[in-house]
Amino acid sequence: MIVFDHVSKRYTDGTLAVGDLSLECPTGQITVLVGTSGCGKTTSLRMINRLEEPTSGTIRVDDSDVRQSDPAQLRRSMGYVIQNGGLFPHRTIVDNIATVPRLLGAPRSAARKRARELMAMVGLPESTARRYPSQLSGGQQQRVGVARALAADPPILLMDEPFSAVDPVVRAELQQELLRLQDQLHKTIVFVTHDIDEAVKLGDRIAVMRTGGELVQFDTPDRILAAPADPFVESFLGVDRGIRRLSFFPATHLALRPAVTAAATATPAEVKSAAASADSQWVLVVDGDDRPLGWLDLGTASTGDSDRVDLASMRSIGHTFKPATDSLRAALDALVLSPASLAVAVDERGAVVGVAGHDDVERALAEQGGTP
Amino acid sequence: MMRPPAYNFTFHHISNWQWVQNHLGYFWSLSRTHLYMALASVVLGLVVALPMGVLAARVPRSYPPILAVTTVLYALPSLAVLAFLVGITGLTDNTVILPLAAYALAILVRSIADGLKNVPDEVRTAATAMGYRPVRRLVAVELPAAVPVIIAGLRVATVSSISLVTVGSLIGIGGLGQLFIAGENADFLTEILAGVVIVALWALLFDALLLLAGRLLAPWARRTA
Repeated sequence: MIVFDHVSKRYTDGTLAVGDLSLECPTGQITVLVGTSGCGKTTSLRMINRLEEPTSGTIRVDDSDVRQSDPAQLRRSMGYVIQNGGLFPHRTIVDNIATVPRLLGAPRSAARKRARELMAMVGLPESTARRYPSQLSGGQQQRVGVARALAADPPILLMDEPFSAVDPVVRAELQQELLRLQDQLHKTIVFVTHDIDEAVKLGDRIAVMRTGGELVQFDTPDRILAAPADPFVESFLGVDRGIRRLSFFPATHLALRPAVTAAATATPAEVKSAAASADSQWVLVVDGDDRPLGWLDLGTASTGDSDRVDLASMRSIGHTFKPATDSLRAALDALVLSPASLAVAVDERGAVVGVAGHDDVERALAEQGGTP
Repeated sequence: MMRPPAYNFTFHHISNWQWVQNHLGYFWSLSRTHLYMALASVVLGLVVALPMGVLAARVPRSYPPILAVTTVLYALPSLAVLAFLVGITGLTDNTVILPLAAYALAILVRSIADGLKNVPDEVRTAATAMGYRPVRRLVAVELPAAVPVIIAGLRVATVSSISLVTVGSLIGIGGLGQLFIAGENADFLTEILAGVVIVALWALLFDALLLLAGRLLAPWARRTA
């Protein structure tokens, strides 16, 4: 556990970067420091490994004051990842990653062996081992940065806006990758970002900070989205915090309705009678394995006079959701994209298990105490 | 070493190949003295420039005065300095090596300081955060990352030193400049031309060697652009 105990940092020019910060970053969890630029989040992070020293207050790691430790020794026990990686341009990828084991006295061959293990762990192709950082893409460089921070297997990982400089697609990949690694490694991670979406996605706990290094709210992402402490946090969360909060509700509680389905091989008459018996304008066409193919609108589509339904007039289903693993946010998204205003739920094999409408989603929310 | 007589050929063609061929051993012996003085001055300049360049890069306030002093050194007229030094060091190689070392120093301090300053802040920060102490960080991260810029300065310093050693001959100190003086005195153009060409060839050769050394020391730099 990393504990900030009444920590303040005032620069020599009088600027207050961090004001009386008290915070506990639990062991094995991701604590995200989020806030606008100049809110002192990076300064707070840099005080943990003594890149900056507090003006007053103490920072303890597992009950020992970081200022009792030799800075270099302390830093070798904490991984550090920054924007653009901060990779050493003159070292190959494998030697970049081997940096801290080498500093700790590991023989070169052992450090390189370890580095190659880490390359595999963070998803870097073997072929990049002997290359130099400038020969890699931004996303790959960032992976090297993470691998380098993990090389000596430190219990603590400090990450300063590590994914801010890459494009959104790569960023999402890297975030997913970090969560996957964290599932295996259970590091105590302090993660700084200005991106609230990133904070919500990655954080077990989020500390929202305001200019002047003031901690405004420190809570789980769900609680912050549900009950922002004040208008600042609320405005920082943006207009769609209600929708985003749905990510924290599993779709398992959603009561599904039976879907009105028809096989792709059905005759128009069969389709009409299926729709009539359920009093529904929309019929979900499925293949031989019950996988959804599309919606048929009996109000407008011609079912044709032949002995087959006219599949060309079928409308796309948008996308499906899996009640077992997805959140209510995925269900709501499927609902919004569906021409029939019905979200299609499927099982692991992709077969239709039911549908959900607006009322069903609202009921599921109400039952879980969520009022977005 | 005595220069073998060349007067018989004075009125022959501009390039007297026979004379050149007969004096290869003489050229080689002049070249050795010449290169010794040129390279010794660069090495001496580098040794002194290293701490100065590091200081200039590390302490921002020291950069302007350090660069000012070395620039003034560079502006001193070489012949005047030589004449002055003869009174102290006598007619020795050191009289040539010392001022040339000062010129090399002026070039190298700037390359070392600028090379170190060009190392990205995030690289420096990352090195510190990985647990490098300051001296090891300088040796293992910052100087290697500055190698391409330092090598560029070293190439300029070496080429100019090889060329400037010839000035020593004006006060009678050996080296390939002897060929200019003797050729001039004897009104023998071939000898002067031989001196120019040999000096240029050595300069080109050492420039190429340093270029190659740069490629070997910093293979990563070619891909950065």
